[in-house]
Amino acid sequence: MSALTGLTLAEARDGLRGKRFSARELAAAYNAAVERVAPLNAFVTATPERALDMAAAADARLARGEALPLDGIPLAVKDLFCTKGVLTTAASHILDGFVPPYESTVTEKLWAAGAVMLGKTNMDEFAMGSSTTTSYYGPTENPWRRKNHAGDNRPLVPGGSSGGSAAAVAARAALGATGTDTGGSIRQPASFCGIVGLKPTYGRCSRWGVVAFASSLDHPGPMTRTVRDAALMLGAMAGHDPRDSTSAPLPVPDYAAALTGDVRGLKIGIPKEYRIDGMAGEIEALWQAGIAWLKDAGAEPVEISLPMTKYALPAYYVIAPAEASSNLARYDGVKFGLRVDGDSLDDMYEKTRAAGFGGEVRRRVLIGTYVLSAGYYDAYYLKAQRVRTLIARDFAAAFEKCDCILTPTAPSAAFAIGEKADDPVAMYLNDVFTVPADLAGLPAISVPAGLSDGLPLGLQVIGRAFDEAMVLRVGQVLETAAQFTHVPSFLAG
Amino acid sequence: MALDKATVARIATLARIRVAEDQLEPLATELSGILDWVEQLMAVDTENVPPMTSVAEMTLPLRDDVVTDGGNREAVLGNAPRPARGFYAVPKVVE
Amino acid sequence: MTMPIEGRTGEWEVVIGLEVHAQVVAQAKLFSGAATAFGAEPNTQVSTVDAAFPGMLPVINRHCVEQAVRTGLGLNAQINLHSVFDRKNYFYPDLPAGYQISQYQQPIVGRGRVEIEMPDGTTRAIGITRLHLEQDAGKSLHDQHPRDTYVDLNRAGIGLMEIVSEPDLRSAEEAGIYLRKLRSILRYLGTCDGNMEEGSLRCDCNVSVRKPGAPFGTRCEIKNLNSVRFVMQAIEVEARRQVGIIEDGGTIAQETRLFDTARGQTRPMRSKENDYDYRYFPDPDLLPLVLDPTWVAGLKAALPELPDAKRARFQRDFGLGAEEAGVLTAERATAEFFEAVVGHGAPGGRGRGPKAAANWVTGDLFGALNKKGLGIEDSPVSAPALGALIDLIADGTISGRIAKDVFAEMVETGGDPAAIVAAKGLRQVTDTGAIEAAVDAALAASPAQVAQYAANPKILGFFVGQVMKATQGKANPALVNELLRKKLGG
Ligand SMILES: [Mg+2]
Ligand SMILES: [Zn+2]
Repeated sequence: MSALTGLTLAEARDGLRGKRFSARELAAAYNAAVERVAPLNAFVTATPERALDMAAAADARLARGEALPLDGIPLAVKDLFCTKGVLTTAASHILDGFVPPYESTVTEKLWAAGAVMLGKTNMDEFAMGSSTTTSYYGPTENPWRRKNHAGDNRPLVPGGSSGGSAAAVAARAALGATGTDTGGSIRQPASFCGIVGLKPTYGRCSRWGVVAFASSLDHPGPMTRTVRDAALMLGAMAGHDPRDSTSAPLPVPDYAAALTGDVRGLKIGIPKEYRIDGMAGEIEALWQAGIAWLKDAGAEPVEISLPMTKYALPAYYVIAPAEASSNLARYDGVKFGLRVDGDSLDDMYEKTRAAGFGGEVRRRVLIGTYVLSAGYYDAYYLKAQRVRTLIARDFAAAFEKCDCILTPTAPSAAFAIGEKADDPVAMYLNDVFTVPADLAGLPAISVPAGLSDGLPLGLQVIGRAFDEAMVLRVGQVLETAAQFTHVPSFLAG
Repeated sequence: MALDKATVARIATLARIRVAEDQLEPLATELSGILDWVEQLMAVDTENVPPMTSVAEMTLPLRDDVVTDGGNREAVLGNAPRPARGFYAVPKVVE
Repeated sequence: MTMPIEGRTGEWEVVIGLEVHAQVVAQAKLFSGAATAFGAEPNTQVSTVDAAFPGMLPVINRHCVEQAVRTGLGLNAQINLHSVFDRKNYFYPDLPAGYQISQYQQPIVGRGRVEIEMPDGTTRAIGITRLHLEQDAGKSLHDQHPRDTYVDLNRAGIGLMEIVSEPDLRSAEEAGIYLRKLRSILRYLGTCDGNMEEGSLRCDCNVSVRKPGAPFGTRCEIKNLNSVRFVMQAIEVEARRQVGIIEDGGTIAQETRLFDTARGQTRPMRSKENDYDYRYFPDPDLLPLVLDPTWVAGLKAALPELPDAKRARFQRDFGLGAEEAGVLTAERATAEFFEAVVGHGAPGGRGRGPKAAANWVTGDLFGALNKKGLGIEDSPVSAPALGALIDLIADGTISGRIAKDVFAEMVETGGDPAAIVAAKGLRQVTDTGAIEAAVDAALAASPAQVAQYAANPKILGFFVGQVMKATQGKANPALVNELLRKKLGG
């Protein structure tokens, strides 16, 4: 870890503006870091030359005193965001060789804010997963390893689906990265890798140009090392996009300005239903610590009830696969990506899609096809959407009593690569605390708050729709109290 | 078990994913496991609860009727595995 | 009026419902900014949204929504202020996303009604079930390569209105009348150009047969018919096919069929049964379409006069017969041309004789346009020019006979009638002296015919002809008749 890659995004920004180093120097340091983390397999594609070119342009602006908000800041991009002229794979074989002729709105905004692209990060195929092990390009490794576990030094998953982004940021190979969160895919890997992950409100960041998994649940958002960095990055990513019909036509507040550190008088909801059976003692302890920190800062914990919590995951595993089964119908070997020739049209379709989709994607496409099919639509899909209404109502009722909600991010720390691979439902349970906010479209952040067996654990703050500012403010108070200064073993060792 | 072999074969055909005969049974078991777990939803009373259509409390935005796109065949054919004379080519379809 | 089919076992009633796909007149597609113009080079009017590239999203065209609402109003239909877009999922190469964005359970337009006029002068109300907005598919070309089908996505994503009728039609003829009437309404509204050759209007027919009074039979859907004639032929042969099967003891399988225009037969489409599970669900990329009732009321107030109202007004105000008024109002352009011909008439204010105007438009003008293969929009004779010609007859400047010659000249040159009359010296002779001289000359030249007059007064026509010939048709026919009668028989 060089001195430059040790900085936070906010510090690097100040350094660039103070001319203590150039954007090209910073980009070069990060290009080297991207190379150094190759063993983690966090990147599908590195773009070092593009990074240097963009950094040179940033230097020119900095020299003219026309610095943009993120000028010269090197970022990584989840390989779910389409990047013009740069291979975009969604970590799937079926997108072989796909080079988009367009740039996603979110990345376009980041580049327009002066940020520098380091490359495209690995992920679960089509963002379906919680481990970054379903990638066609192989699993990503968590830069953290367990401590105090005699003999068990197996490589761990970084979480997922935005595992490559989380690993890259944790291993100081990017100042920040974009992620997407459909069932927890920003927050759970942030928790597993000891970084900050923010899922904004549905409609806050445009989905245009982001390869769709489940349209009503896909949320692009920032992954960074600090809450302040998340605020800065979100400010550049967010905003109304007329090309996305579900994008909210709302102004973007100054999120960094919202980081006042003052939570006095805020009511912090503690949902009793999140105290699930078999939850690790460390998680419970960390949650209690979080409550105490906020109380010390002058906030008031209040018990709330979110009775539908236990139904969120099964509802999610109907709705997300249903949408995915339709969204992934376009991968048919005709317009882009992989094609496996066949004797007939249907033969070509079936061979292409069998070869192009991995096991988890196939599983979800089949489940989704089934729950939408004649005779099952009402029993599964409509039922799940009704339950979703009840989940959203739970939150609405809770926010009558509190200003935000504090929960653990995930029910466990990172697990070993290969663990839970044979039991889809056990794997799905990773998202038990994150899925409800996706179903309700609410903003939520994961902040690193402690260690368990040497592995990071995160706390989650959920807020009211479009109140990312509150979530960031409370998140930063937790961050300050937790004093999470640990460094991943990959960097230490 | 929620799904039998024949049902898996039918949905695989609907989804246009080739599944080898010897994979149908294990896949049926695996998918049934997920669906059995999903079944717990049936315990929720959703009488008079409308299905969610969108979390966004918005209505559909409308755009103007102006030509702003197209006119770039290279952009839409550039990634095609089998472009032919300005078309996408697929194995012959008989109607 | 029902037109039963005569089978071996007696009469069969044909029950028909039509699903019409009408392309919305718009510059851009329903959910993308690509152009809609007909006949462009393949795949040049395609956006990455139309080709369903990863991450591309639909945004709806306001104008298409407006045209669907106006059409709904024109069909006397319920406008649904809340409607929903659904995905209809199936695999086909001309459907790039693997789903069509359509409206399933909550269409933008609900129940309505179209009046059709039967040849016997009666009218019937045909129920409209619904109208919904949806995307068109691309075009598959099967004849370009021995082993491949070629796909052109220019049409993919163009806005369509699917207009579904109730099974209220009872014969091929009625279906044809309904389709023409629907086309006329769409063209009046300007929401669809109705061009069936270019595919802007396509029709699927649901056909079943039953014994009169029996419940509905099993129906077959005949897809994608692109002319009124084919619609009528297809219904006729399909109904006879079904009667034949049932009378032979068979049953009708509900299926989708194609009409082979060359053989004049319908045949089943080759598609898998599985394809019928469309797995409709609300498109999560879109939100419910909510219309402002004030906006809808404004559209309603601004609707043009539609064919039914115009026909009634032509009968009432111009004293035209039902059939004549029907012909003149079938096309908005014709009706407008006719009204311009009637105009305010010659100075003095009263309109030109509507009957004369109607005769000229439906007779001479239609004949001339037909011969030249022109539409009324491209008529070489403008409405004011035709009006001026009628004025020249009315004020006695020319005779009706000369007017035909002047009209022929106008069709060829597009000239002004008064100028043609002046240039060719066609002004009618009303000088009694000159006409009397010509009459005297004619009588003197044919004494034998003069002698026959008492027994055969029709011989008068012969002398009129002679006089007109001598005066090159310019003599005022009334004066010629009057003078001849006086001199022949007193
Ligand atoms: Mg239809
Ligand atoms: Zn249709």
